[in-house]
Amino acid sequence: MIEAELARCVASFHPGATGITGAAKLSGGASQESWSFDIVHPDGNVGAILRRAPPGYGAAPSRAAGLDAEASLMQLAHDAGLPSPRVLHVLKPEEGLGTGFIMARIEGETIARKILRDEQFAKARPLLARQLGCVAAGIHGLPAAKLPKLRQMTASKEIGDLEREYRGFDWPRPVFELALRWLRDHDPGPSAEVTLVHGDFRHGNLIIGPDGVRAVLDWELAHFGDPMEDLGWICVNSWRFGEIDKPVGGFGSREDLFAGYEEAGRKVDPVRVMFWEVMGTLRWGVMCCGMMQRFRSGPDHSMERAMIGRRASETEIDLLRLLAPRGH
Amino acid sequence: MQDEPTPNELIKAVADFLRSEIAPAIKGHNAFKLRVGINALDLVTRQLALAHAADAAEAARLKQLLGIDGSLIELNRMLSEKIAKGEVDLQTPGLADHLWRTTMDKLAVDQPNYASYKRELGQKS
Repeated sequence: MIEAELARCVASFHPGATGITGAAKLSGGASQESWSFDIVHPDGNVGAILRRAPPGYGAAPSRAAGLDAEASLMQLAHDAGLPSPRVLHVLKPEEGLGTGFIMARIEGETIARKILRDEQFAKARPLLARQLGCVAAGIHGLPAAKLPKLRQMTASKEIGDLEREYRGFDWPRPVFELALRWLRDHDPGPSAEVTLVHGDFRHGNLIIGPDGVRAVLDWELAHFGDPMEDLGWICVNSWRFGEIDKPVGGFGSREDLFAGYEEAGRKVDPVRVMFWEVMGTLRWGVMCCGMMQRFRSGPDHSMERAMIGRRASETEIDLLRLLAPRGH
Repeated sequence: MQDEPTPNELIKAVADFLRSEIAPAIKGHNAFKLRVGINALDLVTRQLALAHAADAAEAARLKQLLGIDGSLIELNRMLSEKIAKGEVDLQTPGLADHLWRTTMDKLAVDQPNYASYKRELGQKS
């Protein structure tokens, strides 16, 4: 059924396309889903990805930038020469596919364990931290005048949001309390420079090839704020997948990340980066607790959700390692 | 009194059967889901084995720290409140030690293969 609608849609923006093939659902959430398919064309097929909220789907979460904003951010990043897929088409209501967009499919790997262990990425791994520093600087440097409307965040607002969410669970976690207290005591105040922040710059949202970073995906949590947030989030231990001595995604050092960022002409504030790493660790912990809530109350009564709830304690040990390290 | 085998033994037997007999025969997304299911059963087995002693030790530490008696959840609520208000912090004697011990006991059940946990276990002071 989606094939017929997609084929009609594709013919409207890709002259000469005769249809689509190989449509496969990649992921589906409460508010949006993505599909992979090939545009069939006499000159050769073109790999494509549809990211959409199907007609009649639930509203996007309030933090979400919205699919229209995601499409324009992705296109702006592409135009600026950053590793980002080209946006091929923005969906129109009369096409019957819901809201969203179609982008070029970029081949590569997003699964952290493969990126960190497979031989084919061995040459890329030592390069990634520096490359990602450079990419982050490019994102933060995108021209403000062209950017879509996005929510504006500060450290204080983010602490408030996390605290509200945590209190909503009504389950005492002394380590989270300690982290919230630490964050309030170390709130660096509003950033002197407010830029576009990707908001979810980490494994899973990065396409990696044997040559390095090929694309940054998923702008759902993009917002305006402290650029150091993206650098802190990618250092959160939860994204190191066991390689805990390589703070950047389990493949690189902060020094390399920062060097790549500064080579691209921007300044790093390591104290703010560390603040956001603590915030990010707590944020992932709160998200794990949220999974447990949704397991209990929502329609998605899955084992996976339930088990993610039991991963909140991973962030507690990481918070203790950050805030109350034992003298080894 | 219920007879033997214990819940712990029953769950472990089921988990072992799924792991050795069923998992090799299942492919695709269901193989992933089965692995998550086996992990869940293993977690329950660990909790049944470890939680009793860990909870008792945690309650004893909390009573000492707070100077008050109560159920484990009441004591944890009280400690959380005191940390939020700044009435106790990392300078308070015993707090860091208590949080570390409690967290290590949680990880022993939740995720004993988590790298941070294994590192801290190996470097226990």
